[in-house]
Amino acid sequence: MSDRVSVAKTCKLFIGGKFPRSESGRVYPVQDGKGAFLANVAHASRKDVRDAVSAARKAFPGWSGATAYNRGQVLYRVAELLEGRRDQFAAEVAAAEGIAARRAQSLVDASIDRWVYYAGWTDKIASVLGAANPVAGPYFSFTVPEPTGVVGVLAPQRSSLLGLVSVLAPVLAAGCTAVVVSSARRPLPAVCLAEVLATSDVPGGVANVLTGRATELGPWLASHGDVDALDPTGATVEARAELAREAAGNIKRVLTVPAEEPDWTARGDLARLRRYLEAKTVWHPMGL
Amino acid sequence: MTALAPELADAIRDEASLRRFLHGLPGVDQVGLEARAAALATRSIKKAAKLWAIDTAISMVDLTTLEGADTRGKVTALAARAKLPDPARPGTPPVAAVCVYPDLVAIAAESLKGSGVGVASVATAFPAGRSSLAIKLAEVTLAVAAGATEIDMVIDRGAFLEGRYGQVFEEIEAVKAACGTAELKVILETGELVTYDNVRRASWLALLAGGDFIKTSTGKVSPAATLPVTHVMLQAVRDWHRSTGELRGVKAAGGIRTTKEAIRYLVAVHEVGGEAWLTPALFRLGASSLLTDLLLQRRTQLDGHYTGPGQVPA
Amino acid sequence: MALFEYAPAPESREVANLKPSYRPLINGEFVDGTGAPLETINPATEEVLAEVSTAGPSDVDNAVRAARRAFDKVWGPMPGTERAKYLFRIARLIQERSRELAVLETLDNGKPIRESRDADLPVVAAHFFYHAGWADKLDYAGFGPDPKPLGVAGAIIPWNFPLLMLAWKVAPALATGNTVVLKPAETTPLTALVFGEICQQAGLPPGVVNILPGAGDVGGEIVRHGGVDKIAFTGSTEVGKLIQREVAGTPKRLTLELGGKAANIVFDDAPLEEAVEGIVNGIFFNQGQVCCAGSRLLVQESIVDDLLDRLRRRIARLRLGDPLDKNTDIGAINSAAQLARIRELADTGDAAGARRWTSPCALPGRGFFFAPTVFSGVEQSMRIAREEIFGPVLSVLTFRTPDEAVAKANNTPYGLSAGVWTEKGSRALAIAGALRAGTVWANTFNRFDPTAPFGGYQESGFGREGGRTGLEAYLNV
Repeated sequence: MSDRVSVAKTCKLFIGGKFPRSESGRVYPVQDGKGAFLANVAHASRKDVRDAVSAARKAFPGWSGATAYNRGQVLYRVAELLEGRRDQFAAEVAAAEGIAARRAQSLVDASIDRWVYYAGWTDKIASVLGAANPVAGPYFSFTVPEPTGVVGVLAPQRSSLLGLVSVLAPVLAAGCTAVVVSSARRPLPAVCLAEVLATSDVPGGVANVLTGRATELGPWLASHGDVDALDPTGATVEARAELAREAAGNIKRVLTVPAEEPDWTARGDLARLRRYLEAKTVWHPMGL
Repeated sequence: MTALAPELADAIRDEASLRRFLHGLPGVDQVGLEARAAALATRSIKKAAKLWAIDTAISMVDLTTLEGADTRGKVTALAARAKLPDPARPGTPPVAAVCVYPDLVAIAAESLKGSGVGVASVATAFPAGRSSLAIKLAEVTLAVAAGATEIDMVIDRGAFLEGRYGQVFEEIEAVKAACGTAELKVILETGELVTYDNVRRASWLALLAGGDFIKTSTGKVSPAATLPVTHVMLQAVRDWHRSTGELRGVKAAGGIRTTKEAIRYLVAVHEVGGEAWLTPALFRLGASSLLTDLLLQRRTQLDGHYTGPGQVPA
Repeated sequence: MALFEYAPAPESREVANLKPSYRPLINGEFVDGTGAPLETINPATEEVLAEVSTAGPSDVDNAVRAARRAFDKVWGPMPGTERAKYLFRIARLIQERSRELAVLETLDNGKPIRESRDADLPVVAAHFFYHAGWADKLDYAGFGPDPKPLGVAGAIIPWNFPLLMLAWKVAPALATGNTVVLKPAETTPLTALVFGEICQQAGLPPGVVNILPGAGDVGGEIVRHGGVDKIAFTGSTEVGKLIQREVAGTPKRLTLELGGKAANIVFDDAPLEEAVEGIVNGIFFNQGQVCCAGSRLLVQESIVDDLLDRLRRRIARLRLGDPLDKNTDIGAINSAAQLARIRELADTGDAAGARRWTSPCALPGRGFFFAPTVFSGVEQSMRIAREEIFGPVLSVLTFRTPDEAVAKANNTPYGLSAGVWTEKGSRALAIAGALRAGTVWANTFNRFDPTAPFGGYQESGFGREGGRTGLEAYLNV
């Protein structure tokens, strides 16, 4: 080991493809599994939520309107970049979650594979969930799934990377844009993931990452009139009921999530994608 | 013919203008049109309205015989029915006209003299229309000279389908001129035009060229008159009136055999064209067997019980 | 006689087999409810049709328990092949009794017999027939092998399509193996209760379908009941929000089919004649009391005068009057309260400076009627352009370019349906893609089919009814 003093990173938010500090100016310290100081991270405020939602809304037409093939390529690119930073992420996850290096490595690998999994879904969704409807009349009627819109995601509190990817990737694969609140106590893998997203081909605003407290930011996301869906995974069971009530204000789609964090190593599935999709049925007469 | 509205005058300036105008007409959505026609066909016409409709339908009938086997005797008999369809029920109105081939016009005219019943003659190489303009015009002249008060011409569907609209236009115009005071009904033969877009274009073409009536069919091609086709043609005369203030007529011909069907046509006339068209001057039903059913149903309405075909003259 | 006056052609009300009183169906039997009885009236005449015994809290509890028992003991364990046969039976019984149900629907709701006979009832039967076939094929529905039902489904339905909305809920719920506690709307309970008879005639096991007439409080009891696993609601966005709040934090599943303010976009190359029909059908079908009604007409500026002229002439021909008359196009508004709401909202259009045109049709001396009305010169900011009127009132706005049309169409918190009229295929598809709505009708409007999923974006609700997609609402997937 050399005596070189390492350069510490300033951990910021990720909004609209940029890395701003919290408008509140607040930061909070993050410790590793043993209680040692790791970094100060930006402590996002309700106004950061506001800015992130507006960035996500602005990015929605482009992302939802991109071809499924293109979205798939963009998400696969995220996996490629993560693979290149596999060791870095393993170290981050090990520090954040206080787990052994080998375990952390396997979680990172699973996270990379999860991006690959959802990247492959983008251009299958419409075939699997869409339909040509055999209506009783001279009409061509078809149903296509379309992205719901802006999704507020309270990421899991325990699984700092795999959990985060497992809840974020399906949102993006569906064609929605996301405002994610990271794990409060384990935010550093989220900060690094934001850096990967920023340097990947994911357009600015498609994924916005806020570090901070789900308990504080959750209600702002849940009550926001321009957020279309909410994943309350990172909220406590007690808080979820109130979030769901707030979400009713604009008929948000609220994910039904298990009380306890699930085993994120289980493979992804279509159910999560379905939650972020609307079925659109189009009719047209068939005549000469 | 009164002066045309500027956009219509412009439409007939030359062949290219005519094409632009006809192809600039709004398209017809087949499914929507047929759904509307089917919905209107569910109107339930009862009691006084039904009797009124039956009488009106009788008065709109062009009692027709267009057979190779037509004889003077058949035409004379037809004329007698036309004037007095149900002698046992004196209030029965006469039909609008008797419709025959040109060589039988004189017989019909003689039989109908002074009755107010029109003498209609098909002409212009009916039903195919495949002859020269000179022959067609000669036929019109012959029929008019023999006493025809109405001429039912056919358009050149071949020229229309080839897109030679100018030729079709000029032929109608020439026939109109040859008609003199006789009214001109222009048969589009919609069964050969196939699409409703074509029916709409042909309708406007015939109206622009001076046809007094536009008529669905010769009765020799299937399908002949249908409700949706008649809707499109009624829309054309209604919109013609909207643009010019002029009233032109529609004749649905072929395949209309029952009172029920005839009343559906009247409902279409009423609700698509408008009340103004509910007169033999502006709407006709070209038919040969329809009259019998109208008379039967008329008796049922008057007598309050059903009757059989043997009870009315046929 | 210069006029073709159609003589009255009323459908016989005897066909409805109207009874003096109706009672809730609980556990397979019609029983007296413990709620305050209500009188349901004919909105076209304001006469009382029948007295209806309503459900009290204990009845809700009994119904939920019966539904739970039926789910645990009979309906849940029953093979799909057998469930299917019950649904097929129900479909056939509805077809057999369709005229009776159509007349009864018209009496209770005020809609024209032409619609209840030709639109509502055929689709009701089709819905049961379609879903019957699913009961033993759920493995192929795309939710993995052997998807499980949720349990007891509480269904709360509106008054605009009483029996059709019942079918949209009951058919998929039963096909997927759930049992049902259904509350019909306060003002239109009769056909649902006759449907109860049909369940009996079909030999449906007791408790599989329970029907509880009553007002909103009965719906509230169902929503709050701990024994209910799923709520399916169709109604206003306002009440939908209350229900979503109520269900929040519970394990209950929820689907909502709520309000709308659909844009109907007409381009200058539209098939004009059929567009006019589509506009008329879009806003005057069922007196405009349709959540997906095309209540905002967006017309390209270059054709607005011509189109409005055609539209007014066409609307003037609509026949308003006795809903039982087979020639009536526009029937009665369902209730005095709804009529008052329509009047109030329409008046805001005048106040805001929009130009009102009213069909010259005569209104009957009694009953709840509102003449077809068109407001032109409407701006996006006006209440008549933003709020769901749920009546025969059309707001006309204009646009210049396709982008402007889409922006105006999407400028609403709702997203249930929309229409687009153009003869240009590529434009129809592009606009259909850009509209944020659950159903887009291109060159047609108000088409419904059990195979075609229906439901909203945004505040028009979530979940779909119909098609393979619609099954998801009743499965634990």
